[in-house]
Amino acid sequence: MSVSHVTSLVIFLPLLGAVVTLLLRSDAAIKWTALVSTTATFLLSIVLFSGFDSSISTATAPQLVDQFRWFSSVDVKYFVGIDGLNVLLVLLTTLLGPIVVLSSWNYISHSIRGYYALILILQTGVTGVFCSFDVILFYVFFELTLIPMYFVIGIWGGENRIYAAVKFVLYTLVGSLLLLAAILYLGYHAGDAVNAGVFTTDWYKLLAYGVPVGAQGWLFFLFALAFAIKVPLFPFHTWLPDAHVQAPTGGSVILAGVLLKMGTYGLVRFCLPFFPVAAQEYAMLFGVLAVIGIVYGALVSRVQPDAKKLVAYSSVSHLGFVVLGIFAFNSEAMQGAVIQMVNHGLSTGALFLILGMLYERRHTRLMSDYGGIARSVPVLSFFMVFSVLASAGLPGLNGFVGEFLILIGAFKSSAVGHPLLIGIATTGVILAAVYLLWMVYRVFFGPLTRDENREMKDLNLRELVLIAPLAVLMFVMGFAPNYFLKQTEPATTFLLETVSAKRAAALDAEEKKMVRGEDDNSESLSETVSLD
Amino acid sequence: MDLASAYDSMGADLASSLSLVLLSLGALVAVVWDAFRPRDRSLPWFVALILAIAAAIDLPSIGHDTTTAFYGLIHVGGVASFVKALVIGATLLSVVLSIPYLERTRHNIGEVYALILFATVGMIVLGTANNLIAIFVGLETMSICLYVMAGLIREDEGGNESALKYFILGAFSTGFFLYGIALLYGATGTMYLNEIASAVRNGGGVMFWGGLSLLLIGFLFKVSAVPFHMWTPDVYQGAPTTLTGYMSTASKTAAFASLVLVLVNIVPDVRWSDALAVIAAITMVAGNLLALVQSNVKRMLAYSSIAHAGYVLVGLSAGSAAGYSGALYYMLIYTLMNIGAFGVMSVLEWDGVTGRNQSLDSLAGVGYRKPLLGVTMGLFMFSLTGFPPLGGFLGKYAVFAPAIESGRTWLVILGLLASAASAYYYLRVLYVFWMKKADDTADAAVAARTSFVVPAPTAAVLVACAIALLLLGVYPAAMDITSSFFSDGGSLAFLP
Repeated sequence: MSVSHVTSLVIFLPLLGAVVTLLLRSDAAIKWTALVSTTATFLLSIVLFSGFDSSISTATAPQLVDQFRWFSSVDVKYFVGIDGLNVLLVLLTTLLGPIVVLSSWNYISHSIRGYYALILILQTGVTGVFCSFDVILFYVFFELTLIPMYFVIGIWGGENRIYAAVKFVLYTLVGSLLLLAAILYLGYHAGDAVNAGVFTTDWYKLLAYGVPVGAQGWLFFLFALAFAIKVPLFPFHTWLPDAHVQAPTGGSVILAGVLLKMGTYGLVRFCLPFFPVAAQEYAMLFGVLAVIGIVYGALVSRVQPDAKKLVAYSSVSHLGFVVLGIFAFNSEAMQGAVIQMVNHGLSTGALFLILGMLYERRHTRLMSDYGGIARSVPVLSFFMVFSVLASAGLPGLNGFVGEFLILIGAFKSSAVGHPLLIGIATTGVILAAVYLLWMVYRVFFGPLTRDENREMKDLNLRELVLIAPLAVLMFVMGFAPNYFLKQTEPATTFLLETVSAKRAAALDAEEKKMVRGEDDNSESLSETVSLD
Repeated sequence: MDLASAYDSMGADLASSLSLVLLSLGALVAVVWDAFRPRDRSLPWFVALILAIAAAIDLPSIGHDTTTAFYGLIHVGGVASFVKALVIGATLLSVVLSIPYLERTRHNIGEVYALILFATVGMIVLGTANNLIAIFVGLETMSICLYVMAGLIREDEGGNESALKYFILGAFSTGFFLYGIALLYGATGTMYLNEIASAVRNGGGVMFWGGLSLLLIGFLFKVSAVPFHMWTPDVYQGAPTTLTGYMSTASKTAAFASLVLVLVNIVPDVRWSDALAVIAAITMVAGNLLALVQSNVKRMLAYSSIAHAGYVLVGLSAGSAAGYSGALYYMLIYTLMNIGAFGVMSVLEWDGVTGRNQSLDSLAGVGYRKPLLGVTMGLFMFSLTGFPPLGGFLGKYAVFAPAIESGRTWLVILGLLASAASAYYYLRVLYVFWMKKADDTADAAVAARTSFVVPAPTAAVLVACAIALLLLGVYPAAMDITSSFFSDGGSLAFLP
């Protein structure tokens, strides 16, 4: 079965839902509209997935393309498509859509219309980010995600929500505005070199353009900074715990599940192929920062009294693995990184959902207020333990696959493969087990001391429906990882090949220039003269 | 130029400047009307009708080539029609916003509307002139009307301070302007902009560059670029809010348009473009940083408008066709955002007293009480910050991209960082509107302040501005409106 313009439909159907919710009056109608539109989007994304052929390389064009000229006088397009790099992330986004709506069903009690409209707009933004093959379009969607998230945290968040919301926006905005400057620069120079002098931000044309070695460094850093803040990579992570703790459950799930992936995805999609020389040159720097993030995130998680903050810091740690994998420059690590993005979205999403359910019942996030609740809420506890084990990387569940591939790949890597570094990174896996199991122990096991906890209700049908798909997927992705790896393989291979080919070409050109150094000097001198 | 041929061409000249004629006649009618029937409630609507007709006259000729009329005194068609339509459109929106606002604050005297029309005539002459004397006449016609409008609230000492300060500093800048014109005439022997470039010998010399510098200073005063911005916050704060919106958009548009016409006609030279780049950098940084610390909304918007003048100057400093047309496009977007923002504020000082001193914190929770104001203000603030997919983003693209092309990446990075800082104060407005919980006394005050119905004309203007910003944001091809005005070398397309 195929649907025309399926990619655009998947992107914009939630936006349509948002417009409809704004026109509705009754709360029930608003919720159902949100649920129906996100579910329909998810079903459409299944259609999209069935139309995607993983064996086709992304070398010349993505699949299921929709494109038209967007800016009239320059080459900026509406250009969306699917390839191995984004297909799983798009599915993850659309899957989390209805889950987030269901999880907010009773949690959000005021300004319901605004909340669901913003959540739906947010989904359009995130899906658009993953599908864009034009950098300006990517930027537009990237920024579009900021506005709804600002309000979601700021209006429906916890005690310190304003501080968290403003910090989130300002951090991200500084990075993304610098990204815009780099995009404009790149667009002009690529336009001169490969597009007959017309400004271009087409991903394939930028890919064909070899950025001069001299400019790669700072352009790489402007791009990488925007994404490093979003990931967040240590030391740019300080906005994350605030945002997570203050955000309502639905916001946290989207934030951890997909928003952070926009950062790692941006690194893979843009930083590596556009600036291969700089990316390799600074790979060790990013490797070290990633490993610091892994260990630091884990250690800080261990001492949190607040369960939600613990999971928030665990994201810093887990995404450190993804960044390490990206900068290893080999196919195991890269594939591990791509698959780990999805894994983290599933398992951390599930953790936030379950913590949100506990919060709805007891209105506290402190672990010391719980204890022994496995006896009063066995089903909820089962899902929690399951998600924790997946997140901690238990073999057989999904977290293991990604982390294992990343560590193997990184160990072999010539860019970040220092034994000591990878050794330290590996301790992150052990630490993850420590802090996550410690949390499970304190919250779910031990003596059941408080009466409120004794009377807690177990999962209802709505909660079961929203958490079960995630658990099933965690199991499936751990049990049969090859099916998912196969989807991403051609794209990652192409990417790595491009990176090494472009790097070689750039270095070659640089060497030739060094040889011709004297000629160049005299040439530039004459140019200056003629300018006067 | 003999009289006979002047009469011959007069018909065509008048036809091409029909909107100017119509507005001048309308202003005279308004003066007489008000003399016989003071405070007549239909007079403002008559003025609005005149403006609507005038705008409708100019809109179709935006696509035509730019030529000159009245023996080369003013430009008509093309870029001139765009400037006219934009200025008249901004005036129309401001007038519609002013009708309920001035009625409510009991300042609905008929002279205001006559003054607005006279000022608009001045702006049009200023924004389309091809002759230094015509520029000066337009500038003064506009300024004198604005001085009076700034002091409209006579019983308020802040309003008086506003008018006096504006008048004295304005007169001061006029001095610079006139000296500049005199020196330029001395250096080139011509008053016509399109003859300056060919009349410059040996790269100019001291007299030419001195004259140009003084002229630029005069313009920078009018567009309130730092360090010539001192009058802006006080004047914007003291003037009636809807008229502040008018001053900050229409008069700036006219001044920038005139500056563009001067720049396209003089020799492209790294000296003035570097100077403009430096001024742009200082203006963006200082405007945004000073706006950060304001607690009064109108003052904050005043500093924000200074910062936005800096963004426009970034486009001008590129010295290319794309930069000039980008600057004009930015003025279109900026007009919509700013008139909208001042429009929202004009409704919120509904008691007519707190206007000048209204602090941001007193508006806690307005968004829930008046969703229309909250949502449109949200769009204006996000657009002013430059978030896609709103017009403000494409406006920034239109001025920053040419600067990158001309090699001033540092300036663009600085501008983008400055606009990241601006996010803090723009978002604070939304925080107060939507997220801040008012305590009980403040809540009662807000409740009292919002116990009205948003008047239909105001609501219409706000919604129109918001929708226009959304549409311009997702339809970048609208940038073509301005991109054809100048040829590749940066000069006007009709010049050889």
